[in-house]
Amino acid sequence: MSNADFQRTLSPYDAAATSGSRWYFRLHIDPILVGLLAMVVAFGLVVLRSAVDGNEALFAAQVQRLSVAFLAMIFAAQIPPHFYLRVAPLFYLLGLTALVLVFFFGVTVKGSQRWLEVPGLLRFQPSELMKLSVPMAVAWYLQRRTLPPSLKYIVACLAIIAVPAVVIGRQPDLGTGILVFGAGFSVLLLAGLSWRWVVWAILGICAAAPLIWQFVLEGYQRRRILTLFNPESDPLGAGWNIIQSTTAIGSGGLFGKGLFQGTQSYLDFLPEARTDFIVAVIGEELGFVGVSFLLTLYLLIIARGLWLAAQAGSTFGRLLAGSFVLTFFIYLFVNVAMVSGILPVVGVPLPLVSYGGTSAITLMAGFGVIMSVRTHKAW
Amino acid sequence: MAVELAIKDQNREVALFVSRATTLFVLVVLLLGVLILRLLDLQFWDHDTYKSRSDDNRTRVQTLAPARGMIFDRNGHLLADNQNASSLALVGERITDLPQTVSLLTQLLDLTPEQQAEIQGRMSLNRRADKPMIVIDALSQRQVARLAVNRHLLPGVQVVNQLVRFYPYGEVAAHAVGSVRRMTLDDLSSVDPVQYSATSFIGKRGVEAFYEQQLHGEVGYQKVERDALGRVRQTLDVQSPNPGQDLRLHLDIELQQASVKALSGKRGAIVALDPRSGGILALVSEPAYDPNMFVSGMTAKAFSQLSSSVYVPLFNRAVNGQYAPGSTFKPIVGLAGIATNTTSWDQTIDDRGSFRLPGQERIYRDWSWTKDDSGGQGLVDLNRAIYRSSNVYFYDLATRMEIDDLVRFAGAFGLGHNLVLDIPSASPGLVPNPQWKQGAKNLPWYPGDSVNMSIGQGDLLATPMQMALVASVIANRGDLVAPRMLASISDGSEDTQQSLEAPVKKIGAETLSAEDWENMVRAMGDVVHRGNQGFRGNGTAWAYIGQDIGYRMAGKSGTAQVVEIRQGEEYDEEQLSEFDRKHAWFIAFAPLENPTIALAVLVENGGGGSSVAAPVARAVLDAHMQLQQARRASGKDLAVVAR
Repeated sequence: MSNADFQRTLSPYDAAATSGSRWYFRLHIDPILVGLLAMVVAFGLVVLRSAVDGNEALFAAQVQRLSVAFLAMIFAAQIPPHFYLRVAPLFYLLGLTALVLVFFFGVTVKGSQRWLEVPGLLRFQPSELMKLSVPMAVAWYLQRRTLPPSLKYIVACLAIIAVPAVVIGRQPDLGTGILVFGAGFSVLLLAGLSWRWVVWAILGICAAAPLIWQFVLEGYQRRRILTLFNPESDPLGAGWNIIQSTTAIGSGGLFGKGLFQGTQSYLDFLPEARTDFIVAVIGEELGFVGVSFLLTLYLLIIARGLWLAAQAGSTFGRLLAGSFVLTFFIYLFVNVAMVSGILPVVGVPLPLVSYGGTSAITLMAGFGVIMSVRTHKAW
Repeated sequence: MAVELAIKDQNREVALFVSRATTLFVLVVLLLGVLILRLLDLQFWDHDTYKSRSDDNRTRVQTLAPARGMIFDRNGHLLADNQNASSLALVGERITDLPQTVSLLTQLLDLTPEQQAEIQGRMSLNRRADKPMIVIDALSQRQVARLAVNRHLLPGVQVVNQLVRFYPYGEVAAHAVGSVRRMTLDDLSSVDPVQYSATSFIGKRGVEAFYEQQLHGEVGYQKVERDALGRVRQTLDVQSPNPGQDLRLHLDIELQQASVKALSGKRGAIVALDPRSGGILALVSEPAYDPNMFVSGMTAKAFSQLSSSVYVPLFNRAVNGQYAPGSTFKPIVGLAGIATNTTSWDQTIDDRGSFRLPGQERIYRDWSWTKDDSGGQGLVDLNRAIYRSSNVYFYDLATRMEIDDLVRFAGAFGLGHNLVLDIPSASPGLVPNPQWKQGAKNLPWYPGDSVNMSIGQGDLLATPMQMALVASVIANRGDLVAPRMLASISDGSEDTQQSLEAPVKKIGAETLSAEDWENMVRAMGDVVHRGNQGFRGNGTAWAYIGQDIGYRMAGKSGTAQVVEIRQGEEYDEEQLSEFDRKHAWFIAFAPLENPTIALAVLVENGGGGSSVAAPVARAVLDAHMQLQQARRASGKDLAVVAR
């Protein structure tokens, strides 16, 4: 078996990094990425401050969660990549087992069985962990192969991705299922999956769309898709969210109604204003300028993340870090597209801004891994 | 295994990654560009559309119900007030699970099964799912508090505060003042939908119904900012409603109370008029109902009990009860006889207690007739025929008169018409005539019909209101002043009180002299005051009410048969069922010389007019005289509305 991955190699982009052992290298963090993340988090908290409408307890809880998420990031950054490589298969199998357990023993919240509870101790969503463990498993699988991967390995990778993604989608949690699939698939794309096959796959899916519509999608999912094209068909039911969120964003105009001045969210017309639909609050109160600012921050994070990934010392590190960055993008794209009415409503939060802890912790841990693969050179 | 052993080319893989990452980054930028375009679409190009949609979302124009005008009696006692009440309202479109909501409300508010059924029923009839539908009225403060605490559990459940009618005198004035009721769909179609858009009650009976337009007022508007659940967050702009006008009635609530007391639970009616103004001083129909029940809401069961009772408490006997007037009709027949020169005050007949039409078998009896004693009043003139209530005298008089003359004369007193100015639903009664009989019964007019009519029987029907008007006309010595409830109307500012002119009509202007009227008044005075004259010399009512009276009054009793008593049989109250017994009538006015009150008393199936109805009338008159005296003494005698 080749030991190539365990040789210390220098990437062509590594020159600056070797020039000295800067303090942040010793701390295994990247100040630019951390700075950008902090800006997004701060921006998000300002908006959340408005969206919680005076509920101090909610706001404090979110500050606490984000602090935990930052700690998770720093912790994940300290762990050297070869540890991730070693535990990747185990992590994946554990996650899969947990998903199966959810299937049988899970706690049902809002009609969807997503949570696993250890009574008195903790309660978590195994599907959330799969966002990390699936790309890890795929990267682990591919790092030993010659890239670009051959068809055989691609099929194997798809199996690794599809099993948990389908199980999660059936919980039903379509949003997380899509994200898990996207996270795993992005590894394949970064590993050199032929574009031609990607195009064929997309064409194939389009051809199979009627079948998917008929046999895969549940009634409410179909309704959400129909609503996307004609929200007025059911203005008080499925269309309500879309009508209210586009109204909120549209009424904000270029510069917004001003912070804390959003009537749509303040008067409770906007559903889920703190969580999945928070971008509508930003659009209403801070306008086009505000949303563009946030999207620019996101773009900078993605650019920086890919830059760091490219400088990783191993294929595993590169693939893993790159896929986390792309997953982050899928998050924000699906969320903003859904709230602005160009994708059906699926439960995907706006990364680092929406109220809620689990996804923030997962995402920040992912960024920790990105910094880990960049800053740990000696392995 | 070959692949496994292949040497990985790190540099090539790095280059592949960089190329892939670059491509994907470009894709990311393109997709973000799509989002930016979408945002520009919403926030720049279509901004105006969404802006107005958001404003529309936010603000709603709400209508504000005007405060209903209040109703006072002649002395300023409040008869119909407005009170603040909290009602439970449900917004259909916000309620996902009605049975669950109802069961939760049942726990919180201790609803009875009837109330639960009522909610379900009203919601199933709900016409607009987005408007609050009031399902329970008159919540207690405790219930309101419980709802407030549990508001988050009850989407679509609202507490609505509104002014609702309150009738402080309850049953006492129910038939006089009337009542409001919750508006129905039918009501909406008969009123201006804009003016009534915020109104939930509409006058349904009595004064409340007739003066609905004046009492209602004008609707107001407010622009409010609402949240998605329809709750008002703040008011932006208000156009206040104009309250309805206040009414002052002729009604004397203290006399009304005395009248109810005088009937002491007997089924019947009392109408008292001020003969000078036509003002209705008292209007009683017993049994009555509590008009507040129509406001605070009653269950369907309670309503069906009320409406199906054999004693018909919802029925206004005073204006809609039509009864044979019996002997109270005799003064009209007497005056008609004088007016048509059929008789004179001096002319006498010999009353032997029975009367037979020429060439007929049938014997018409006097009221005093018994099997053992043939009865009869002896020699009677018109004066004696009135105070002794001789049937035979009037049998004879009527058969000598043209029936059309009697019919016309009775009509002039208001019989057969509704002359009440502001009670359009009052019944007209019936004065039969040959054409009517031909049409209704397909039979010709027999002389026997005239005989029956002469003592107020047969097909003749009159309401207590009409008989009070008859008393009023005689009290006025021929002047008919149409009865009315309303004395004045005001829109709150004192200067705009408008008094209403009452039309006056003189009856028998060409044919009856002042002396004729005085003679009739004297004869009716004798009914009460002529006493200690020995056997068949006293007025019919003297023994019952004439012996201890401190003022002069006039009256006439009547005892109206309900079922026909067969030839040769005696009326035996014990043998007849409750509803077949005779109706007791008494019409009266006082003081004799300068009357300030004229009234009619009817006691349904009560028995003798003099023994049963006359004491009731006396009690009402006593109360009236006492009230007047007390008010004059305390200087509170409000000027009687001049005619």
